[in-house]
Amino acid sequence: MTFARPKINLPGQKVNEIGLALRDYEGSLSTLCAGCGHDSITAALVQALWEMSIRPEQLIKMSGIGCSSKTPAYFVHGAHGFNSVHGRMPSVATGALAGNRDLVGIGVSGDGDSLSIGFGQFGHVIRRNVNMLYLIENNGVYGLTKGQFSASADAGSTSKKGEVNQMQNINAVATAISMGASFVGRSFSGDREQLVPLIKAAIAHPGCAVLDVVSPCVTFNDHEGSTKSYAYTRDHKLRAVEADLISPRAEIKASYYAGDTHPVRLHDGSTILLRKVDPDYDPTRRNNALGYLERHRSRGEIVTGLLYIDQNVTDMHSQSRTTAMPLKAMDYERLNPGSEALRELQKGMK
Amino acid sequence: MKRTDTSNPDYFHQVVDCQWGCPAHTDVPEYIRLIAQGRFDDAYMVNRESNVFPGILGRVCDRPCEPACRRGRMDEKPVAICRLKRVAADHRGDITDRLPRAPKEKNGKKVALVGGGPASLTVANDLLPLGYECVIFEAQAVAGGLMRYNIPAFRLPHEVLNEEIDYILDMGAEIHYNHRVESMKALLDEGYDAVFVGSGAPRGKELRLPGRYDTENIHIGIDWLESVAFDHIDAVGKKVLIIGVGNTAMDCCRTSLRLGAENVKVMARKPREFFKASVWELEDAEEENVEIVVNHSPKEFVVENGKLKGMSFELMEYTIENGRIQDQDVTGEVFIACDDVILAIGQENSFPWIERDLGIEFNPWEEPMVDEVTYESTRGGVFFGGDSAFGPKNIIWAVEHAHQAAISIHRHCQGESLQDRLPDLLNLQSRKMGMHEWSYSSTFDPAARRKMMHVPLEQRFEALGKEVELGFDAEQTAKEVERCLNCDIQTVFSDSLCIECDACLDICPTQCLTITSNGDKEDLVTRLKAPVLEHEQPLFVSGELKQTSRVMVKDENFCIHCGLCAERCPTAAWDMQKSLLTFPKAADYVSGPDSGERPCQQRKAG
Ligand SMILES: Cc1ncc(C[n+]2csc(CCOP(=O)(O)OP(=O)(O)O)c2C)c(N)n1
Ligand code: SF4
Ligand SMILES: [Mg+2]
Repeated sequence: MTFARPKINLPGQKVNEIGLALRDYEGSLSTLCAGCGHDSITAALVQALWEMSIRPEQLIKMSGIGCSSKTPAYFVHGAHGFNSVHGRMPSVATGALAGNRDLVGIGVSGDGDSLSIGFGQFGHVIRRNVNMLYLIENNGVYGLTKGQFSASADAGSTSKKGEVNQMQNINAVATAISMGASFVGRSFSGDREQLVPLIKAAIAHPGCAVLDVVSPCVTFNDHEGSTKSYAYTRDHKLRAVEADLISPRAEIKASYYAGDTHPVRLHDGSTILLRKVDPDYDPTRRNNALGYLERHRSRGEIVTGLLYIDQNVTDMHSQSRTTAMPLKAMDYERLNPGSEALRELQKGMK
Repeated sequence: MKRTDTSNPDYFHQVVDCQWGCPAHTDVPEYIRLIAQGRFDDAYMVNRESNVFPGILGRVCDRPCEPACRRGRMDEKPVAICRLKRVAADHRGDITDRLPRAPKEKNGKKVALVGGGPASLTVANDLLPLGYECVIFEAQAVAGGLMRYNIPAFRLPHEVLNEEIDYILDMGAEIHYNHRVESMKALLDEGYDAVFVGSGAPRGKELRLPGRYDTENIHIGIDWLESVAFDHIDAVGKKVLIIGVGNTAMDCCRTSLRLGAENVKVMARKPREFFKASVWELEDAEEENVEIVVNHSPKEFVVENGKLKGMSFELMEYTIENGRIQDQDVTGEVFIACDDVILAIGQENSFPWIERDLGIEFNPWEEPMVDEVTYESTRGGVFFGGDSAFGPKNIIWAVEHAHQAAISIHRHCQGESLQDRLPDLLNLQSRKMGMHEWSYSSTFDPAARRKMMHVPLEQRFEALGKEVELGFDAEQTAKEVERCLNCDIQTVFSDSLCIECDACLDICPTQCLTITSNGDKEDLVTRLKAPVLEHEQPLFVSGELKQTSRVMVKDENFCIHCGLCAERCPTAAWDMQKSLLTFPKAADYVSGPDSGERPCQQRKAG
């Protein structure tokens, strides 16, 4: 029986800008099924957070319920975390990030968690544009409860036992774009090269960045007839736009601009470079994006990459005109000036 | 890169660094696991099959396995492989009924073995069970060769030596003591079917400097050790200088302390990194307060009226670049007083007793011309092994030479080709027991190497034969066995099963796995998750994977055989399998290559 992944000091181990090794961004040993796509996404998160040199104590990981929602335990030991009830991660995330706007927020959810029980919450966190990475580990089933079809299962796909799904699916990316999301991407757990830069761009984006990541459930949804299996996804995946995050300190090399490349400057000085794989695609125009997605969906293709970005949507804190100082850093007297001050305020409202 | 051919036994053999490093290919991880289970007899027998003298080698082996040990690559010290061998030997019960036996009916072939050291004894060990008559000629009154008279008893007690030598002699070897072979011609005339020369490299090198022959107090190291071993010498002066820093020098300095010397200096011409002695032998000598003096080049023996006063040395200074001496300068001269000098600057083989008109050819350095595979000389039916063959090496090499020579002798006596040799064999067996269960201790234990306890200094010099090392106790053994990484439990990959979920890549604690597009080696290594640090270590490259046509690449260098890749694999594309490697010995040639299981295959992995 193996209880732990040993820490081994290897010669030549690299550290990031704040002196941490990749392994310092790990969490507990995963208890998911061997081969679960969710574990791959965890590894991609570890890689991205390490590359971005995010301080563990600067990070908060939140989730609902599901195999996917268990994964925050498996990365960045030293971060804050909250495992909420089913489908309610957005509320907790909104609260946490309202209270401390300096945190880097990552919400990990599942297709069941976000598109069934938490569908309403999903819409509103997008609407508020809470500054976080909202990552859906999408396997087309309720993995944790033994593989029932979820709302993202494609009509006509079959369960492990051969039963055909009759209902239409809810497309997470199209839904997010139509609800006014400021950043929407899609990827695949088995494509780390695409996923890691996308996660980095999503974290850097100053608003709610939704990433829908196809993440095969090896135990209940990796058979023939599934449209969320490793093999099916690899066969039908189409790269539309790739994204790279260039930190403010890094110089932008001319070679980055080769081909159809567009820089998107972020407020913090970093740049997201969009590289169009398909010149027909414009991820800055909503109707173009939605039209493109629909055209390819009808052909059975899974469009991946950074699918939509709008830097001009205001985030929750600007919408509510909150102070620049994180609430948690404020003195108690300032945060809660007392009943006298309240009466004063109410007087003005009479 | 081409798909790696793991059916070639060399591939997995090279992964078991210790076994690969051992000239006799001892199955080290296997015997360590047996020790862990308290199966000392079995552990001893696994050793004996390859190295014949586990009790002896468990004390004095040169241990090429230890610098090779994978554990040493993780910023740590290697597993104490040699000490564990001694544990198996010290704690074994009576294993005599498991030893090979000679048949009553002989095969009518007679083999002469010159010298009663490890090489000849191993040939006898391999040939007696096949019905050969083995006749050993030993110049001394006891067998053992250099194991007896060059290695002092405080490192290798006589009981240990005698017991393992007797295992072989008791099989029915005929041994003639006090019988120095004076003429090869005469020996050949006696009509043996084959002759094996295993008489070692018995001549110590000279240091011809002024004063060398003006006194009785300058000794040749190996001759001096021999005289001590046979009680011809039982005292030495108070101040002793040893010239040379090889392992013989270490034995000389420590022996001097036991014969009454009070101040012993080992004089080295070069700096420490150029020493020939094993690190542990240097440490053991320094623990006994032997002073090791570097950068002193002998110039002259100072003798007054036939009495040795001391030696003068030139002080050396070296320019060293990339571990090599580029230039040297003499910066001065010193005189060091002493009562005795012992020369330990190397030895060579010498064959004054082999006539040069017998068809046994020698090279310009007076070394016999010996085939490196068959150990046959240029005269058919005459074989060399051990230090006699290629000059001074060590016991474990002598044993391996002898295994190979025994095969040749057998083939020669049966009138078959010597070059035609059986291939090494590889057998893989899964070690999976259940979901998270492996039948080996897969967890990595970060414990540090256990230290050998020594007899306290004040008691050490009471008797010449008092063994210094105490051996590992139960607690030390229990810890040390867990340090072994089980490199023989191999990661075996079936590319047709892989679904490229990356689970193995992510779980691997050393990042030794990568899935990437194929390319030639220079290109491929640039895409590996961790940089390639040891280019000698093999890279495993799978066939094309089904879904993306990429390949699985494994850098064997940093694998710790923890089995996590196999544990995390949803399709069992990775499995942990014991590689049981078998290396044919003479007995395997008896039944012929096509008659089913060979004797060497009878051992089953534990
Ligand atoms: C309020 C509530 N309703 C139902 C459940 C049962 N339940 C647990 S996990 C789950 C679905 C999880 O699916 P998904 O979010 O896709 O995660 P996965 O396991 O597939 O990663 C459900 C319905 C629950 N835990 N709580
Ligand atoms: S049930 Fe499916 S989603 Fe859950 S851990 Fe297993 S493979 Fe992953
Ligand atoms: Mg799901």
